[in-house]
Amino acid sequence: MRAPVQRYRNILDFALSSLLRRKGRNLALICVYTLVVFVIASLIFFVQSLKREARELLVQAPDMVVQRMVAGRHDPMPAAQAEAIRAIRGVEEVHSRVWGYYYDPVFGGNLTVMGSDDPTLAADAVWIGQGVARNMRVKEGDLISLRGYGGLPMLFAVQKILAEESELVSSDLVLMSPKDVRSLFNFPEGLATDLAITAGNPRELPTIAAKIVEQFPDARPILKSEILRTYEAIFDWRGGLMVVVLGSAVLAFIIFAWDKATGLSAEERKEIGILKSIGWESSDVLLLKFWEGSVVSLTAFLSGVLLAYVHVFFFSASLFEHALKGWSVLFPRYRLMPALDGYQLTVLFFLTVLPYTAATLVPIWRAATVDPDAAMRS
Amino acid sequence: MIELVDVVKTFQAGLATPFTAVDGVNLNVPRGKVTVLKGPSGSGKTTLLTLIGCMARPTSGRIHLHGLPAGTLPQLAKGDSLEITSLPERFLTAIRRRTFGFIFQQFNLVRGISVLENVLLPTYPTGEDHGDAEARAIERLESLGLARHLHASVDRLSGGEAQRVAIARALINDPTVIVADEPTAHLDSKLSEDFMMLMGQFKAAGKTLLITSHDPIVYSSPLADLVVEMRDGRIVAGP
Repeated sequence: MRAPVQRYRNILDFALSSLLRRKGRNLALICVYTLVVFVIASLIFFVQSLKREARELLVQAPDMVVQRMVAGRHDPMPAAQAEAIRAIRGVEEVHSRVWGYYYDPVFGGNLTVMGSDDPTLAADAVWIGQGVARNMRVKEGDLISLRGYGGLPMLFAVQKILAEESELVSSDLVLMSPKDVRSLFNFPEGLATDLAITAGNPRELPTIAAKIVEQFPDARPILKSEILRTYEAIFDWRGGLMVVVLGSAVLAFIIFAWDKATGLSAEERKEIGILKSIGWESSDVLLLKFWEGSVVSLTAFLSGVLLAYVHVFFFSASLFEHALKGWSVLFPRYRLMPALDGYQLTVLFFLTVLPYTAATLVPIWRAATVDPDAAMRS
Repeated sequence: MIELVDVVKTFQAGLATPFTAVDGVNLNVPRGKVTVLKGPSGSGKTTLLTLIGCMARPTSGRIHLHGLPAGTLPQLAKGDSLEITSLPERFLTAIRRRTFGFIFQQFNLVRGISVLENVLLPTYPTGEDHGDAEARAIERLESLGLARHLHASVDRLSGGEAQRVAIARALINDPTVIVADEPTAHLDSKLSEDFMMLMGQFKAAGKTLLITSHDPIVYSSPLADLVVEMRDGRIVAGP
């Protein structure tokens, strides 16, 4: 049993020393290969992590949001409908929400201004997201000025800055009392932007939604699962967009790797001939080249994945954040929680390591199966 | 030891420009003797060596190896005979590994690695313990005066040193037949004489030697027991 193991070890030793013999070529290959794995793995890690983050944050979101549609557009809905909806069996709680978007001309970004019934939120005070605080350069206790509907500035005291953990969805958020929201936007009393509904049993949500539509044909119920699906679709779409943009780089690598892997030099052919003439079998030569290919591709794969991990989870994917997090000037800034998906990593492994290894073996197999004297003369 | 019966080797057979390099050769290479194949370039000497050394198959004819050492192939007892032309590749490799040691005209060392590693190369696929093989390789290299070059890259060796490395590599698996193709082609007269002295030592140790050469130092050497002259793929003078 020792001889076969020793044979593997001997050939692996020689494969490593062969790789060192062609340091320049192999280092160049590993660098480009690592770069490609790094880019793809960064995208995978980033998108997966964002999706997980969104899923965790949406746990606190209402089970269902009901909006009113007029001519296919979102329109404020009568707050009185809340009572009728509350009467539907299975509905536990209905909450009228008042919110809107505020364009801040100073830093050119949109804020999401939302009414909050939290009793600790004082009148003429706001709770703001991390992005808003960063851009306005304010801290708790400072005053901020927002331009009201009539053009006059309204002053609000910053009572609290929202926690970093929720920055993915709260970066651009400004919370104030519903009364202040109505004053800021001149939002009529008796109307709400939408209704947030909590159900006792989430399984009943589709039935409740059907009943709401039956009762109010202009209502549009949006389930939490649909919001989650939309988030996931958006992140997938953005990730896909990046893959398309980077596609040319990946293609360039494939051409490069194919050329490097399949282009057997005259010297390599001669070496194969020498090895065969001194007693190596074709299978020994194939094993040698398999080890060489495996060392190159595994090194590149592991380095690329490791670099991507550091890039995404320690540096918040600084290379891709503008494309992947959003287009707003209020980019959320946060450190993602590490999330590794074994399935995605396996797919990446099969997409990068196997094709390269196969590409190296085909020409070697062709060279290794000819008579040794032919390989030496060629 | 080696018997060739009507051996023919044609390259590009079946194509528009076939070329017959070896044409109906019959030859007996005796055990423990020095056989020299002489003749001008293109006479078919090297091709004949590759056929005898299991590196290529003849187009037609038979090659028999007699008195093989035990263990050359599974179920082969000491002294058995084999007809090698119809054997599959892995058996040919096993015979090549155990029976023949090759010394090539261009030395054919693997560039970029050390002298020691080059000598060890034939032992890698055998699965032999690396330490045992290394000890034997060092012993071979020391006996050939290469002790101080063990870890030097083969790229830095002179022609004579490179050839001695090639000889050490040919001997590492203790073959019964040493095959040398134009071994003195790249050596001066002094180094050629030294080479023949070494061959004398191998002959004295009971090895069978088969050498191709058109160098008089080789074919006129008193060591040569049998000189076979070839031209245009045929034997024109000899036994």
